[in-house]
Amino acid sequence: MTTSPLEQLTEQTAELLASIEALATIEALREAEASLTGKRSILSTLQKSLGALEPDARKAAGAELQEARRVVESALEARRVLLLRDARRASLEADRLDLGDVIVSDVHWPLSIGHPGLVALTQRELEDVFVGMGFSVADGPEVESDWFNFEALNIPPGHPARGLWDTFYVELGEPETVVLRTHTSPTQIHLMEHAVSTNTLPIHSVMPGRCYRRDTPDARHLVGFHQIEGLVVDRGISFGDLAGVIETFTRAYFGPDIASRLRPGYFPFTEPSAEFEVTCTICHGDGCRTCSDTGWIELGGCGVLDPAVLEAVGIDGDEWSGFAFGFGVDRCAQMRHQLGDMRALIENDTRFLGQFS
Amino acid sequence: MKISLTWLREFVDLDESPDELREILDDLGLVVEGVQHVGEGLRDVVVARVEEIRAIEGADRVRLVVVDAGDGPLEIVCGATNFAVGNFVPLAPVGAVLPGGFVIAERTMRGVTSHGMLCSPRELELNDDHQGLMVLDELIEPRVGEGLLEALKIAPDVIFDISVEVNRPDAWSVEGVARDLATRLRRPLRAPSIASPNDAGSSDTFAAAGIDDPDLCGRLTVSVLRNVKVASSPSWVAQRLRNAGMRPISNVVDASNLVMLELGQPTHPYDAAHVAKRTLRARRARAGETLTTLDGVERELAKSGRGLGDTGEDCVIVDGDDRVLGLAGVMGGAASEISADTTDVLLEAAYFDPMTIARSSKRHALRSEASNRFERGVDPHLALRAAARFVEILTQSVPELSWLSNPLDVWGDVPTPPTISLRDADVERLLGVPIARDEVTTLLTGLGFTVKKKKQHLKVTAPSRRLDVREGALGRADVIEEVARLYSYRRLPRHSPTWPEPGFLTARQQLRRHVRDVVVNAGVTEAWTPTLGSDADFDLVHPGIARVRVTNPLASDESVLRATMITGLVRAWAKNFERGTGDVMLGEFGVVFQHPSATTEPRMTRGGAGGTLTLALPSENERLTIVLARPEDDASSAVALWDVLAQRLGLADVVVRSSNEPPRGLHPTRTAALVDRASGALLGYVGEVDAELVNAITVAPPLRRLGLLDVDLDALADPTLATRASMFVSVPSRYPSAVLDLAFVTPRSINAGDLAHALRQSSELVEEVTLFDVYEGPTLSEGTRSLAYNVRLSSEERTLSEDEVARGRAALLETAASLGAVLR
Ligand SMILES: [Zn+2]
Repeated sequence: MTTSPLEQLTEQTAELLASIEALATIEALREAEASLTGKRSILSTLQKSLGALEPDARKAAGAELQEARRVVESALEARRVLLLRDARRASLEADRLDLGDVIVSDVHWPLSIGHPGLVALTQRELEDVFVGMGFSVADGPEVESDWFNFEALNIPPGHPARGLWDTFYVELGEPETVVLRTHTSPTQIHLMEHAVSTNTLPIHSVMPGRCYRRDTPDARHLVGFHQIEGLVVDRGISFGDLAGVIETFTRAYFGPDIASRLRPGYFPFTEPSAEFEVTCTICHGDGCRTCSDTGWIELGGCGVLDPAVLEAVGIDGDEWSGFAFGFGVDRCAQMRHQLGDMRALIENDTRFLGQFS
Repeated sequence: MKISLTWLREFVDLDESPDELREILDDLGLVVEGVQHVGEGLRDVVVARVEEIRAIEGADRVRLVVVDAGDGPLEIVCGATNFAVGNFVPLAPVGAVLPGGFVIAERTMRGVTSHGMLCSPRELELNDDHQGLMVLDELIEPRVGEGLLEALKIAPDVIFDISVEVNRPDAWSVEGVARDLATRLRRPLRAPSIASPNDAGSSDTFAAAGIDDPDLCGRLTVSVLRNVKVASSPSWVAQRLRNAGMRPISNVVDASNLVMLELGQPTHPYDAAHVAKRTLRARRARAGETLTTLDGVERELAKSGRGLGDTGEDCVIVDGDDRVLGLAGVMGGAASEISADTTDVLLEAAYFDPMTIARSSKRHALRSEASNRFERGVDPHLALRAAARFVEILTQSVPELSWLSNPLDVWGDVPTPPTISLRDADVERLLGVPIARDEVTTLLTGLGFTVKKKKQHLKVTAPSRRLDVREGALGRADVIEEVARLYSYRRLPRHSPTWPEPGFLTARQQLRRHVRDVVVNAGVTEAWTPTLGSDADFDLVHPGIARVRVTNPLASDESVLRATMITGLVRAWAKNFERGTGDVMLGEFGVVFQHPSATTEPRMTRGGAGGTLTLALPSENERLTIVLARPEDDASSAVALWDVLAQRLGLADVVVRSSNEPPRGLHPTRTAALVDRASGALLGYVGEVDAELVNAITVAPPLRRLGLLDVDLDALADPTLATRASMFVSVPSRYPSAVLDLAFVTPRSINAGDLAHALRQSSELVEEVTLFDVYEGPTLSEGTRSLAYNVRLSSEERTLSEDEVARGRAALLETAASLGAVLR
């Protein structure tokens, strides 16, 4: 007659659990793992010995063994979590450094050459040109309500012109009431509302900033991009002034041999509206592939402020008039540095970033 | 919109070259995005019959094809396989010049000489098909040796691809473009020939029409056409459609498309046999109604709107049984479509409310040539002229066609063309230059405006097609824009305005520049990482926290607005590290976002329809985050970098205070808060990136510490939070300083900077206190370390006596003792 190999299972299990409790480090646990639950563990040995039993007895003993294994394994897992936490705590403690004690003059500091971002560099050059022309520089938020991004700019909900912008909507409040700004133009509205409420008209400002468009990135477009927008609200401002400012900027930024020209365009917030083009900087107007043989490259949009926009912000259109213009900062960088693929700007390859000074 | 020169010339005389016309169109704001020369370079191409096809030894990609083009057999080497002996194909013989200037010459391959080239449609620039040769048998009845142009009845033409702005639906047609050209060039505009009803029977004896909701449908005209025979279109119609990028379908559908391209009026032909009671009515769709549109999709109508201003309304066309036939102005249904058996046609030409069409089209994600036009605004008075033009064109292929008299014509609400008073001064004020009244009148009249001369002003009434022209002051701007456009922007003089206010950068912008210069000079390279990231990335640093999400991301892992730049920078650095270019300090200036529900002070702004509501928007925080990843960089390097920045910004006193509970993502025991001593404000964190974060992000985590500096630029820019050192300088004492080195055994809980600060305050003799050594070891008791300071004592008035130095030293020791620091 044979006794069941599981006669002492309860004791054996208790022993195993005790030895698990006794494991003091995660290293010890990893070492002991095989002997506790692995192929050469007592549980596995018992498992093999079940083969000698009658089928019925084998089934009962198997279930018993399985339960024992579950208990042991879960104890092991709980111990692992605890030891890992302790190990992390201990290593963090060993690692502890009171940064108030750092003596800066003792810090090892190899010489590194840093590089500003191309967009930041370009934005600074543009700002400097405009500051020299008498413009102040204003910032604005990247998340806007529909009102600031569209409606106050004479683009009411459902207006077909909304199709001109691939808009990201933000999940807040009612559907489609909050957007990632699609252009820097909402900052115009903020500026005008502020000037009205503080009685500080006129405005001569440029507004650079990051905008977003929901469109698959390619060589010429990124999801996030940078615009610079200009706004003048003053007495006696006309379309001729707009054309003059665009021309002055073009020559100041691109150089004396680059000129600008305007052609009719459409923006809901300006009337008359224009697209402005500058002499192709590659061929200097002779015609090449970049400019489709026209000698001109489209840079941005502009126009005289639509009376509806002045009305929306509470500016008296009989006394004041103004104009706005806007174009891509990244696009200027692309033109000036002949950057073939815009996507290099967001890939952050230091071999690319290291070229800017 | 693609428009051929030949078509334009039917409306206005144009002897300008294509290049000149392109220039004029651009200057009119009808921007030419491309010019295509159709049929150019095809003069040498002839029709040839395939006589024999043979394999070439050793070549499996090409075969030898023997063709006859009228002058006996010619051997051609050819790679295409889509033809057989007996087919007719285009042959470019030796010496021919193909579109694009490609010259055909004899070529010898594998000992076989090719005497020309057999062409695909794309090689002939007829269309984009490059699957194989252009097999002519399917298209025409070809004759060997005939010129291809004659065989295909192609007249060489120039096609302008013109982009029309959304506010110029009137220009979105051949006639519209021609009108602008005629006005600019001061030439007459010709109208196309149109038919008149030729059947005495009155339309209302056969059909009926009605408008239930006049706010949605402003006009519904229905023409009854009988004895229709559906066939293919005459070749000139087919050619025009192809040149415009449309596929010819049947004479009825083609006539409808042609009229739309030519005049800008979409029309819709119904098979009268499938319209119950031969009745068409326009009405609001009711909730629960559905329609299966021509694209086979069943659409639920009048479902609730989404987004600002969307009422959920649809305008539908129904029949005499009130069954929905189509989504008005957008797309028809299959049931009443024209088929080969159609003999009676009800032709709908209508005006629909633009906003209704725009909303329906957006809500159903359904755009059509018709909806694109209706949502911009079609001339409400164009409908019957368009129908007459339709009949004129269809009659060419169906001479027996009859058009019943008195077409049905029901009106709803249509906009009244505004009348605007225009003073000379208005033009000058807006454009900056006076333009003579006569010239203004000529230009506006050319565009169809009615201009009446009054004493003080012009009374200008817009034509019904100019739905973009508004009332009052707004309309004045619209009209003056038209004057400027036709006059030419380039002719308007430029002024350079001046104003007394100087240009400037705000203090914030100057600070941003300054910070950038300092960190770049210190060796940081600027990166630009994405604003939109994944939930998983967000949870690495802000688990379970409310996040700002975009509803329509391009990809699911680009749907959350970042709340930190650390994750992005570590990722950017890891990529560099993997390619062996990771010994670098990477920094980014950027905005991070916080959900309004996760902050006590959300950004409040105006929003909602009309800007009448107050909305809580995500707060935006501009930060500078730098990851220091050079081989030996660590938290100490980050402290050193911060010290450079703090000193260069002239910050009065910022304590580097080890924080017990640093934000996630930062190393829990090697991170310190940057605290402004005077204001108590938190200016940022310095330390290391938590290795757990690095491990979660990188594929092969490196054995390298990543130093981290994360600065709140909003706080830094606020002088009440980031206290600046006094602008007034002090001149060092002319008398020698007494220098003391003092080492204190100090509890760990005492911050070295706090102790230095206290020592500085201990007496007025203290000139400077500098920490120069930190020691910890077995000789010191548990929980303490030794801090050694170099202290300079001096007086403005004299050399300090030994007594004075001793008193100063005593004051220092007393101060230290009060903090628990004992001289070692
Ligand atoms: Zn060029």
